[in-house]
Amino acid sequence: MKYFGQSAFFISSIEYEDNWHIFARMTAAVLAGFIFALLMPIMRRVSLGRFAILNSLLPLSLFVWFASFLFSGLEGNLSSHLEWAFGASLSFKLDGLSLIFALLITGIGALVFAYSASYMKGNPYLDRFYAYLSMFMAAMLGVVLSANALTLFIFWELTSISSFFLIGFKNKDEASRKSALVALAVTGFGGLALLAAMLLMGAVTGTYSIEAMLLQPDVFASSPYTTLILVLIFIAAFTKSAQFPFHFWLPGAMKAPTPVSTYLHSATMVKAGIYLLFRFSPVFTDLALWSNTLMTVGCITMVFGAIHSLFRTDLKSILAYTTISALGTLTFLIGIGTREAIIAALVFVVVHALYKAAMFLIAGIIDHHTNTREVTLLGGLRNAMPLVAVAAFVAALSGAGIPITFGFIGKDLVYEATLHQGNMSLWLTIIALVTNILVGVAGFIAAIKPFAGRLPDALNGTKAPGPVLWFAPILLAILSLILGISPGLMDHTLLIPSLDALAINTDGVYLKMWHGINTVFWLSMVTIAGTVLIYLTAKPYKYLSGIPAKLNMLAPQTIALAMVGSFAQIATAWNKAFQSGHLRYYVLISIITILAIAAAVHLPGFHWHFDWSMIRSVAVYEWVLVVILIASVLFTVFTDSRLAAVASMGVIGYAICLIFVIYGAPDLAITQFTIDTLTVILFILVLYKLPKYLKLTRTRSKLRDGAISIVFGTLITAVVLDVLSLDRPVYISSFYADNAYLLAKGKNVVNVILVDFRGIDTFMEIVVLAVSAIGVFGLLKLKVKRHDV
Amino acid sequence: MNLLLPIVTGVLYAAGIYMLLRRSFVKLIIGFTLLGNGVNLLIFLMGRLAKGKPPLIPDYADVIPGLYADPVPQALILTAIVISFGLQSFAIILIKRVYAIANTDDLDEINTTDDYA
Amino acid sequence: MNTLILRTATKYLLPLLLLFSVFILLRGHYLPGGGFVGGLVASIVFVLHALAFGAEATKKLLGLHPGYLIPIGLALALLSAMMPLIYGKALMQGLWYDQPVLIIGSLGTAIFFDIGVFLVVIGVVLTIILTLIELQKE
Repeated sequence: MKYFGQSAFFISSIEYEDNWHIFARMTAAVLAGFIFALLMPIMRRVSLGRFAILNSLLPLSLFVWFASFLFSGLEGNLSSHLEWAFGASLSFKLDGLSLIFALLITGIGALVFAYSASYMKGNPYLDRFYAYLSMFMAAMLGVVLSANALTLFIFWELTSISSFFLIGFKNKDEASRKSALVALAVTGFGGLALLAAMLLMGAVTGTYSIEAMLLQPDVFASSPYTTLILVLIFIAAFTKSAQFPFHFWLPGAMKAPTPVSTYLHSATMVKAGIYLLFRFSPVFTDLALWSNTLMTVGCITMVFGAIHSLFRTDLKSILAYTTISALGTLTFLIGIGTREAIIAALVFVVVHALYKAAMFLIAGIIDHHTNTREVTLLGGLRNAMPLVAVAAFVAALSGAGIPITFGFIGKDLVYEATLHQGNMSLWLTIIALVTNILVGVAGFIAAIKPFAGRLPDALNGTKAPGPVLWFAPILLAILSLILGISPGLMDHTLLIPSLDALAINTDGVYLKMWHGINTVFWLSMVTIAGTVLIYLTAKPYKYLSGIPAKLNMLAPQTIALAMVGSFAQIATAWNKAFQSGHLRYYVLISIITILAIAAAVHLPGFHWHFDWSMIRSVAVYEWVLVVILIASVLFTVFTDSRLAAVASMGVIGYAICLIFVIYGAPDLAITQFTIDTLTVILFILVLYKLPKYLKLTRTRSKLRDGAISIVFGTLITAVVLDVLSLDRPVYISSFYADNAYLLAKGKNVVNVILVDFRGIDTFMEIVVLAVSAIGVFGLLKLKVKRHDV
Repeated sequence: MNLLLPIVTGVLYAAGIYMLLRRSFVKLIIGFTLLGNGVNLLIFLMGRLAKGKPPLIPDYADVIPGLYADPVPQALILTAIVISFGLQSFAIILIKRVYAIANTDDLDEINTTDDYA
Repeated sequence: MNTLILRTATKYLLPLLLLFSVFILLRGHYLPGGGFVGGLVASIVFVLHALAFGAEATKKLLGLHPGYLIPIGLALALLSAMMPLIYGKALMQGLWYDQPVLIIGSLGTAIFFDIGVFLVVIGVVLTIILTLIELQKE
């Protein structure tokens, strides 16, 4: 019964279209995942049991809803808006670009949700897993649909957080937890940069609406903040999309269960940075800093990832590095920024999602059924899992850009883009060619090698995967073939709306498989030939696998971890030095700090405001009073008897009381007198039964403390003298004195301040008194004896 | 006297800090009291000083004629004295309890909670 | 400290000093004095009594545990602070009775606020010291 309610909920999110306002529909589409995640604890039994696969109805229904726009078009009012505070608003907008990403998020999401039902079967925390996944899906939809810069940031951070939970899903494994933390640190850092970028853009353009920002390219062209904004956006996008030198969290993220790697760390989340670059490319694309940085970083990342992927022997590691390479390619294409490049990038997003998701899912199946991901140990699995082998073959072909797969179209477009770049087209084309060959080889190693050749003895008896597992890769392979044969399907459904969203001329845009024999064709042929040749002849993983360890010395990851490590060391050293657990050292450190600051500020140009000539005006009784006071202070400090110390403290109090009398403060004098009496009584009542002082400190530390105390006392005296030499305003006091009788009908100004002008303060003070009495009462009545301890 | 009060304040501060730096719990609280007196005197000095001129409005007038001692610091100090009594009594009673349980006055012996949880 | 002189002196001084503390409290609006000072003087009187006759006797004299004075005083202060709200004035704004009253001068909410302070101070000081004296005897 429970799951019935669940599915009714999903369907209702589709039905909104007819009944509800557009806002409700868009908001529901984004929030459905969050609500679903919240409902997980209630629906625990469903998601854990045989019906776990039904969880995929959530992304599936959202996918269907988004897919309906492929044919109905996006004209009209597909944006919604709810004003909130500080310029943040809950507003969503669905345009072509958002639609591509939304379809990937929900489509791959549906496949991954279903696949996980089998892959994660028996995991006691499957409900949690689905909760994180759907939270991630909702956050990711929020990122690509947000029309407000601040909400974009919030959803962006939510993807980082859900990614953290998913990478660390095996939370009993230390390596998983560490990888999760590294990923969160890197992407969270980028998130902060994004917030700063969005706030700056808001300040520069005067709006937080992304649409309105994009209408003001001239503002960015002239603003002095543009460089800073760009750098911040780069940090945000590069950390999220694993660009060099921030790429290192992504291979670590492979500690997550394979469905997560498929979904977050290959198909969707890592593309959030790419989405951000796409989204803001219309205003920045003409800036040299934008294109140069993106092209440079993209180039480095794609070559770096491609080379690294060849050194790896772990299936998921290979795929992680080829993903980094693919993300580099996307950054690079956006950096080129021409119409050809943007088309290539848009198509490549889809191409990559299709083949890479398939490869990851296949790697998961292999891992699940053979318990190994070591590519050197794998082979000949084609007989055990023929359908998976077919899907893997198609994915590998698509990855290498071999016709009739969709990858071929993507690769062609990349060459088209590099060839038309302009002054550097030759070099860029060569770099793209090398990258494509290397990535192609890596794809072959990851997706063909496990199925080809002889079956190792260790893998005898490998069982065939069930339909829930093989369905997703097969479907992705079929899609890859369909789009490869008739890429024109994308023209009006996705490509042209996206180009519209990016304000790019769409005249004559159409995709086709066969362009005739031209440069691009020859480049493709060289790529394919190179890929196949290298795969068949060279076995880089056999003799290169030792290299990563050597490279690790210089890897950004090592440097980052070393920095984190040294932070911890500094913190430990700091703690040891300053958090000794001894009160007197805390006091000592505080006092020395205050002294140091005061010395730094006041010592230069210090003037001692002591007017010796005034000393004659001091009356004899005043001298006597001061001498008694100072003498009893010294006696209090140096006496060996506690009772004597307490008694002389009483004397100090009475002396101060006399000072108050002399200086026209009768209220203070009486208060001081009574309190002093009570304090002495209190001390005597308590100290009566305690033993004498012990001699606890060495003479050396006494001298040190004495010196510091004297310096501090001198500082206070100097400060007071300094202040007394100034002309101090008295208007507050004058106000009270002048109005005490007129406004409050009292003639004792001090009392009027206490009970009338500042009565609320006084009330708080008697509350504090009451609290201290309760504290004392509690302490005294508490019956704790030593033997109870 | 205006010259001597800053010195008295400084002496009270120095003595208070010195006592705070001792290892004995009792000395710590004596230091606290001395420091409290010093602070009160400091606040008092920050206001306008007027010998023998309390801030009282005479019967025949509606405002104080001529110079008078600053009433604001007085109001502040008055409550400060009373509250510091509350605080001191809490601290003094705390000594009593600590001594009853730990049987020592040495702060170094009672700086972990583990032994007396 | 349980001496005859102290006992006798306390017996006669107690009512006198208490009267004095109330006097200090009430005149506080015009001359040095007020709730804090009056409360402290009254507390000292009771502490003296407790030292002479023991905490039990003082409690008997008070008629209730001094701790009860704290909430009573707080409530009185709070009420007098909120009284003006009923008359549509601001919190703590003074309300005054037109006719002059003996000793106090004019009667207003500020006086009741001060009485609240007076009671809290007595309650706090006596709670602390009487409890301590009680424990000392054990």
